[in-house]
Amino acid sequence: MGTATDRLCGQDDGERGLGLRAPRSHDRPKAVNESDTCGGVLAGEQKGKRMSRVRVLVGTRKGAFILTADGKRDNWTIDGPFFGGWEIYHIKGSPADPNRIYASQTSGWFGQVIQRSDDGGKTWEPVGNHVEYDGVPGTHQWYDGTQHPWEFARVWHLEPSLADPDTVYAGVEDAALFRSTDGGLTWHELSGLRRDSSGHLWQPGAGGMCLHTILLDPDNPGRIFAAISAAGAFRSDDGGKTWLPINRGLHSEYIPDPEAEVGHCVHRIALHPSRPQVLFMQKHWDVMRSDDAGESWHEISGNLPSDFGFPIAVHAHEPETVYVVPIKSDHEHFPPEGKLRVYRSRTGGHEWEALTNGLPQRDCYVNVLREAMAVDALDPCGIYFGTTGGQVYVSADSGDTWQPIVRDLPAVLSVEVQTLP
Amino acid sequence: MIRVVLPPHLRIMARVDGEIVLEVEGAVTLRSVLDALEAAYPVLRGTIRDQATQRRRPFLRFFACQQDLSHQPPDDPLPDAVTTGTEPLVILAAIAGG
Repeated sequence: MGTATDRLCGQDDGERGLGLRAPRSHDRPKAVNESDTCGGVLAGEQKGKRMSRVRVLVGTRKGAFILTADGKRDNWTIDGPFFGGWEIYHIKGSPADPNRIYASQTSGWFGQVIQRSDDGGKTWEPVGNHVEYDGVPGTHQWYDGTQHPWEFARVWHLEPSLADPDTVYAGVEDAALFRSTDGGLTWHELSGLRRDSSGHLWQPGAGGMCLHTILLDPDNPGRIFAAISAAGAFRSDDGGKTWLPINRGLHSEYIPDPEAEVGHCVHRIALHPSRPQVLFMQKHWDVMRSDDAGESWHEISGNLPSDFGFPIAVHAHEPETVYVVPIKSDHEHFPPEGKLRVYRSRTGGHEWEALTNGLPQRDCYVNVLREAMAVDALDPCGIYFGTTGGQVYVSADSGDTWQPIVRDLPAVLSVEVQTLP
Repeated sequence: MIRVVLPPHLRIMARVDGEIVLEVEGAVTLRSVLDALEAAYPVLRGTIRDQATQRRRPFLRFFACQQDLSHQPPDDPLPDAVTTGTEPLVILAAIAGG
């Protein structure tokens, strides 16, 4: 496994991607089981069908912004700020109804607000914000190893149901999973996650103890994946009633037992909807893969210049094409060498190429947070990410070339994309 | 008639300009004023005090008549000048950067 520092010293992490024309998605043969959809996009979209619009939903430290363009993705309209001055941790549209969008609006002063739009983000109404743990919430580990009471801080992630616009899941800090089935008016905890998964052993990372990733299995409505910093990945096969830790194969030097069942700082997991049993993970350190719905994991960091990072995303039409943004280390949250590089693997991991065309290659010290990368469903697939410096970049050719959509937003917390007819 | 001044973010949330005027039944206390405020503007529930514990959010303060009332028990009466509407109850967001 080694340390990322070892790799940084021993690797040529230069411009492997420069000057190369990576094959475009339409150059490549389509795998038999490749799906035409990806998470967060309209059901029934067909590869090759020319979509007319994309809507990029951006959450920042000081409000939300909505960026729209046609299918060429080169001429953008910027709307916002919405909820100016508030932290928008996440904003995401319903795959079943793209006009239905949910936003997590939060503030250290005024607490949590959930906003809902029913007209594609033009107008918004606050819905329910009473997010109360089920029963006596108990305690988890604090930074110093003592037990600390569970306290609600904010909603990190909102995951609308794949089929029902009124059903939406919320991942919160302190870590727990909630569900609303009435469009966000009321929220109920799926408390089996905390009870079944050794919640007293979970601990906060630097950003707090947050449930930040929720993945819904399109083939199995009862299957939900969730990821928590710093606890690990978890799976339910019964709609969220009961849960299992799925962390076998993870190795984390920052916990007493590096291979413990829980305690791992998982930063993000991703899947391709055509193969929901294959999971990709950006852990605190290490990029990992599971081919059995999380039953076991193996490392795929390969030749990355650093395997620390936050987001991970899968190409909309190529289930073996994966994107990460290497960050130097857990104490230096910026790109190695001041070069902002997305790395792409077309082999499901191990072999990675730097994507640099259009990205700053000197004096760049921004971060890309875990929620801040997304893909659209167009062909070629569009890749999007936002930075803590306020830039939102788009690649309309699967990562080969990049351009900023906008350069000077507040620090970007989250990026989601809707592909619209 | 009770006058309440909200911080700017909550004025936007409640879609009001300037002061809010409330009618409060019975004793005029922090609790009864906040109850009336949240009944009139449900969108403010949870933004000033925690919905489960009813505790004031730590970065908010309650001022009136040149006094800091943030730490007085929620069922203590508010100053006469607030109960008569001469002075407003000011809900203030702490100056803590951002």
